Amino acid sequence: MSVREIRAPLDEKEARSLRAGDIVSLSGELLTARDEAHMRILVMLRDGRGIPFRLEGAAIYHCGPIMRSDEGWKVVAAGPTTSARMDRLAPEVVRQCHPRLMIGKGGMSSETLEAMKEVGCAYLAFPGGAAVLAAQALPEVLEVHWEDLGMPEAVWRMRVEGMGPLVVAMDSHGRSLFKEVEDAVRKRSVLL
Amino acid sequence: MYPSSLIEETVVRLLRDSECRLPPDVHAALRGALDKETEEMPRSQLLAILSNVDMAAERSVPMCQDTGLPVFFVRGRCDHRVLEAIRKGVARATEEIPLRPNSVDPVSRQNFGGNLGNGMPPVHVEPADTGHLDLAVLPKGAGSENWSALRMLNPSEGMEGVRRFVIECVVNAGSRPCPPVVVGVGIGGTADMACALAKKALLRRLGSRNGDDALASLGSTLLSQINSLGLGPMGLGGSTTCLGVLMEKAHCHTASLPVAVSLNCWAARKAFARVYPDGRVRFSQEGFD
Repeated sequence: MSVREIRAPLDEKEARSLRAGDIVSLSGELLTARDEAHMRILVMLRDGRGIPFRLEGAAIYHCGPIMRSDEGWKVVAAGPTTSARMDRLAPEVVRQCHPRLMIGKGGMSSETLEAMKEVGCAYLAFPGGAAVLAAQALPEVLEVHWEDLGMPEAVWRMRVEGMGPLVVAMDSHGRSLFKEVEDAVRKRSVLL
Repeated sequence: MYPSSLIEETVVRLLRDSECRLPPDVHAALRGALDKETEEMPRSQLLAILSNVDMAAERSVPMCQDTGLPVFFVRGRCDHRVLEAIRKGVARATEEIPLRPNSVDPVSRQNFGGNLGNGMPPVHVEPADTGHLDLAVLPKGAGSENWSALRMLNPSEGMEGVRRFVIECVVNAGSRPCPPVVVGVGIGGTADMACALAKKALLRRLGSRNGDDALASLGSTLLSQINSLGLGPMGLGGSTTCLGVLMEKAHCHTASLPVAVSLNCWAARKAFARVYPDGRVRFSQEGFD
């Protein structure tokens, strides 16, 4: 299996070059955002306020890490959370903020896929629960925003080195591996 | 009769063991799954999972960042002091291991840290006149817990209705509970009891035969049918969707047939302790029966 190395932040052209089924390894930087952070981003944008970090071109990681404060923050465990929880909010965040990657587990809805197609954004699946493997690829916390939301819901901006295996599970051309598997599973289940 | 400090210490150890080390039966089932998968995609997921499990054990850190809510099961002579010692143990483990503070107010969503709060942690107590106290913990992450389901079947639907409901639950959950999953099924009781039975079933050892023949046969049918769905590890396709179907039952109303399903992710965490009045404690991650 050939693994392609990519760096975030990245531009639209590079995001669109990722195809469902590709396996990639990510370096550069990423930001975590879960339910509460998505809600706050949208509230601030609707109120016409700027958000305190840059999402244009960014990799958004659906993750609520365990951090240890020990002469600065250290990542203890940081696997992906269920991305589908963000489906209510992600299409608007994608359209307004133009992140180029979303990383998580379990995939996202066809509404989110549609926004990703319009804007040029790909979804990368990391094995759920593989939190120590992920932490190993996150050697440095660059900054933390919105700590008042609690450790899991805060926005952690981190350096990332060789995070993988990441599967391009949804691409900016409308293809979703999760949807394809799910459709086949539903068909088979009817026969049982 | 059991010193609070001993219970508290035991709870910290139970949480450390369960969060950082995959139980041997679950580990063996995952290795078996890797042997069965031939395609590159499911193999890549299982290889990542297995190397993550090794790293977590080596470093004694939680294998998953969602350290869950710790659900406790207590059997023996138990009073409020045991429950207080469990709460103290949870707060200490959250700090020391560390665990992620997951407990929040359901309305304000405020997180006070420590994994405590109103009703937290859940403790199921079964009073029994035994010469020892059994403690078990099942840390349950939200990714799988969010797919829990209860249905009050019509009794005429029988075990065929139960079978259909379990399949439906696994299909609806899809990739989201981190398959390969362990499926806990509670049959009978009242609505609340069925849910508790489904949770308790998850403490059973994978691969052990249910003592009830009807449940044993339904469990093995379900296991092979779920694995024929092709959902695979992390829902990216493959032949391993489920590591085991575990069941508990209780008598129910003649006009009812409650059935509850509790899914567990591949990180099917559990740990057991048997505390004796003289201060000895035995630990296990597969139970004592």
